[in-house]
Amino acid sequence: MSEETPVTEGTVSGSGPADGGQGDAGGQHKLVGVVLVSHSAAVAASVAELAAGLAGGGATAPVAAAGGTEDGGLGTSSELIAAAAAGVDRGAGVALLADLGSAVLTVKALLAEGDELPDGARLVDAPFVEGAVAAVVTASAGADLDAVEAAAVEAYTYRKV
Amino acid sequence: MLDADFFRRWMTAAAVAVDREADRLTALDSPIGDADHGTNMQRGFRAVVATLEKEAPDTPGAVLTLSGRQLISTVGGASGPLYGTLLRRTGKALGDAAEVSAAELAAALRTGVEAVATLGGAAPGDKTMLDALFPAVDALAESFAAARDAAEKGAVATTPLLARKGRASYLGERSIGHQDPGATSSALLFATLAEAAGE
Repeated sequence: MSEETPVTEGTVSGSGPADGGQGDAGGQHKLVGVVLVSHSAAVAASVAELAAGLAGGGATAPVAAAGGTEDGGLGTSSELIAAAAAGVDRGAGVALLADLGSAVLTVKALLAEGDELPDGARLVDAPFVEGAVAAVVTASAGADLDAVEAAAVEAYTYRKV
Repeated sequence: MLDADFFRRWMTAAAVAVDREADRLTALDSPIGDADHGTNMQRGFRAVVATLEKEAPDTPGAVLTLSGRQLISTVGGASGPLYGTLLRRTGKALGDAAEVSAAELAAALRTGVEAVATLGGAAPGDKTMLDALFPAVDALAESFAAARDAAEKGAVATTPLLARKGRASYLGERSIGHQDPGATSSALLFATLAEAAGE
């Protein structure tokens, strides 16, 4: 479901993300991946679809849903989360958003483990739907992980009344 | 001194106790949770026993680290990362010694319980597993039996508390009057630790 993004393997080896965050020759830089972790497979998949849809017609950042348990029930699967994170990792970091309870705790426990999620994977403290849209739109614009996180977190400040 | 066999016995006894008490854990989780604690813990500890048989870790630290990792991947609810973190951090704190003393285990378990508190963001008195775990590690300096009794007492004492963490906290005042399922399974963990030690 996530469009392939241009990956310039090797061009930034040893130097990390491009200095300044943008302006690589030809606009070829690695996009931050986004993983959406929900207790429900349907919720995770739908929010991923919504966020990618709202990110516009161009190449969107890689987004993956990790919802429910492996047998399709409500809950959290560390395997699905690890697989989703590996699947969207383009070397620029991965932002993980989680809905509640075990989804949040499982991501935290995996991050503490140190080797089950890609380097640069980070739990982002954001509202699930609004934060996902903000994260995917920002990541699709080529922003770095800090900027993607900031955009998702900022979604908490948008009041509706 | 406690060797890898001791820790395997503990995990096996925990799996047996969770099997035996699964219905009770789920029943406790029904009024204030989502009625899956027994089945989740059962699935997790069955997987722990299976993986310990298959991989045969040969140090106390490796037994607990592997068990914790298995709980995180198989439980499917919040108790997975919480108990997984408890066992994994305890295992890591034990290092790769072939045998550990009861005092070393007590210190390592305290590290593990503190990691659970950090992960869940809860404090004693919030009506969580910590209300059994902290009294248990405090009493462990005395004996395994004292830790078992302290955990059980702590679990029972969650009944009048107002839940401040997790799904039960949404119920507010209605969470009062129910024993916390997580504190109850934590008491089982310390009951089986005493059992493994022959106390």
